[in-house]
Amino acid sequence: MSRWVIKGIRTGIKTTTYPRGTESAPGTTPGLPGSGAPDSEAAQALVEICPTGVFTVAGGELVADVRGCIHCLRCVRLTHQPANWQAGSFEWAAETVPVNKLPGAFKKSVHICVVDTGDCGACLNEVRQLNNPYYNMHRLGLFITPTPRHADILLIVGPGTDHMRYALQKIYAAMPSPKRVVAAGACALSGGVFAGSFTCSEGIGETMPVDVEIPGCPPPPLAILHGLLVAAGRRPPAGSPATTAKTETPGTA
Amino acid sequence: MINLTDQIEERWGGKAQAGFNVINSAWEVTCSQTALVEICEWIFADLDFSFATLVVEEEADEWRLRYIFYGGSNGWVHVLASSPRSEQTFPSIVGPVHAADWHEREAEDMFGLNFEGHPRLGDFILHDDAWQEGVEPMRHQFDPQMALLYRKPVEDWRPRRIVQEPGAFIMPVGPKYSGVAESAQFLLETVGEDVIRFSPRLYYKWRAVEKLAEGKTADEVLLLAERFAATTAFAHGLAFCQAVEKICGAKVPQRARALRVFLAELERLRQHTGQVQAICESTALVVADSQSGILEEDLLRISGELAGHRYLFGLLAPGGLTTDLSDQACQHALERSREALAGLDELETQLRVSSSFLDRLEEVGFVPTGTALDYGLLGPVARAAAVTDDLRRKQPYLGYDLFQFEVPSEREGDGYARLRVLFSECRQSVLIMGQALAALAEGRVREPVRFHAGAALGYVEAPRGGAFHWVRLDEGGRVLRYHITSPSFVNWHGFHLAVENFAFQDFPIMLASFYLSVAENDR
Repeated sequence: MSRWVIKGIRTGIKTTTYPRGTESAPGTTPGLPGSGAPDSEAAQALVEICPTGVFTVAGGELVADVRGCIHCLRCVRLTHQPANWQAGSFEWAAETVPVNKLPGAFKKSVHICVVDTGDCGACLNEVRQLNNPYYNMHRLGLFITPTPRHADILLIVGPGTDHMRYALQKIYAAMPSPKRVVAAGACALSGGVFAGSFTCSEGIGETMPVDVEIPGCPPPPLAILHGLLVAAGRRPPAGSPATTAKTETPGTA
Repeated sequence: MINLTDQIEERWGGKAQAGFNVINSAWEVTCSQTALVEICEWIFADLDFSFATLVVEEEADEWRLRYIFYGGSNGWVHVLASSPRSEQTFPSIVGPVHAADWHEREAEDMFGLNFEGHPRLGDFILHDDAWQEGVEPMRHQFDPQMALLYRKPVEDWRPRRIVQEPGAFIMPVGPKYSGVAESAQFLLETVGEDVIRFSPRLYYKWRAVEKLAEGKTADEVLLLAERFAATTAFAHGLAFCQAVEKICGAKVPQRARALRVFLAELERLRQHTGQVQAICESTALVVADSQSGILEEDLLRISGELAGHRYLFGLLAPGGLTTDLSDQACQHALERSREALAGLDELETQLRVSSSFLDRLEEVGFVPTGTALDYGLLGPVARAAAVTDDLRRKQPYLGYDLFQFEVPSEREGDGYARLRVLFSECRQSVLIMGQALAALAEGRVREPVRFHAGAALGYVEAPRGGAFHWVRLDEGGRVLRYHITSPSFVNWHGFHLAVENFAFQDFPIMLASFYLSVAENDR
């Protein structure tokens, strides 16, 4: 057994400095498309190539609604003028209106119940990575609990299948108040590629009010971490000055 | 390759005839219903073929059932049976071919066909407590827009109890259980400490991908193929692309073929490392859990850096790849994968001498060879029970026959054998990655595909085992029928073998040592 102890010590510290610092190791995030295009022709091409309608042209400007992005990367790889890709970014989580944060007393210790409502396995695998030494969510006072009775946050992945809807409602009802709902991944936000199926809804919002939305297909562990910190009121949401200044780095996929 | 024409004529002259299907390079045996069971038994038991899948197709005037078998150097055999639309009954082949059990249950639920002689139909995909009788979602006439008839589950519905001893009860687990787990329900029947009977109740995550695919273009369905079970996205996307390429007679450039092999093996390496982590976690060996967690994240980052996506989305396209990956980037990924493999080797060396760990795995979750064959189990689970099937070897695709590699196998069929198979396969995957990189030719990575009408089977050895995608296209390249048979669907069918007659506390370890995907099963 001592060999394991020695191995553990020799490995040293692997953990990211986020949220105190930032994380820029390659391969931690696929990035997301941003708004803006060089000309109207390029903008039109992007509107046409996106299978989930992320891009719209409003007032002559190309606007990207990243909630629908399924990371097919066609707007980067299959167009002459690639989309304005935000490589290296991961602070994507947005609050819904009205903003509904957990009370301050929950800042240092938040328990999370994870529910799968039809996810493909990728979102769930990224949630699982939060417990590996690179991300180590425990250091931030975030804990995953199997029971809704101990949970402050309900973290939902998947588009919300009919077969899971009843169980999901029971889980939500079993959580003590105050409670918040975080939806992670394109499926949970808008149905993703499964939108239009007769056996699932187009997002968790159809079943219950969602407080924080994390886009991505799947959102990488850092994006999920950011989403949980937003729900706990410890990081500003995407689009606020603090996150945009830090994450918008130029580059391509 | 065998010639079936004469043998079929001799045995079943008048009731069946065989012809050769060039697109699928398979024998097609068209037979009457009276000869169906005998012919399937002959192919499965006497000719020693494996059962791949059952595809139901609805024609204007008839039902057409296609039983697909494969057998080493003997290639593929499709057994075709049909009946008029008004008749909805077929003889069940589960007597001689037990592997077809769940396939028939699925066909019964989705199409409303009856299989005479099947011991247990119903409450499969459409849960009995939530769906009305008479719903047949995969029929053309079914209108998916009819926001159907979902109703709140019947509160007093109870699963059928089989064990009737005094004091016996069912312990239901799920659909929400454990910390981070896919939704599924497990019914454990017991009289105390040991699990006497186990039956999984799946399809809580059913998204009706096959129905959703109908009428969509191949490019749109590719998004579904990658995302219905995204932990093995590349393998399933590849199976779909291969089916489309077969139908259209598309030639994939050599460079794209080598890159596809490279990426498929990278995915296998990453997926197996994830399973090693799950096994270490289930046995509560904390340092090994952390170490393997580091390795899995390393491999996710290697994938992300190389391909722009941690789960390799968006690379595949019918006819090749959407983007070229530079030789240097692949070389860098290979070197980092070798470092991860060195970490895995070190981990294995230490796990092999950790007695508390081995005690939890050895002789636990035992699957004997004979039963593994009966159930047609696939992938590392089967190879740990001395069934050495591997589609890369048995039915080579993408030029796998040109690569030097071994198909690791073990004899014991327990949890520890499965763990050793995983480590061995990781080593083989890195070997193949090196050879694929050496085989990288200069040139394009994508050829345009001209769509034809037709149908073909795409198959790959996914990390969890063989995956079979049946695709039928119309002239415009729209999908008319899409049927996915995944390794998890096959292995969930046999999972009860491992669980029964073991104690409750071993259940999480068995789940980890099979590491089946619910999403891959539920579709």
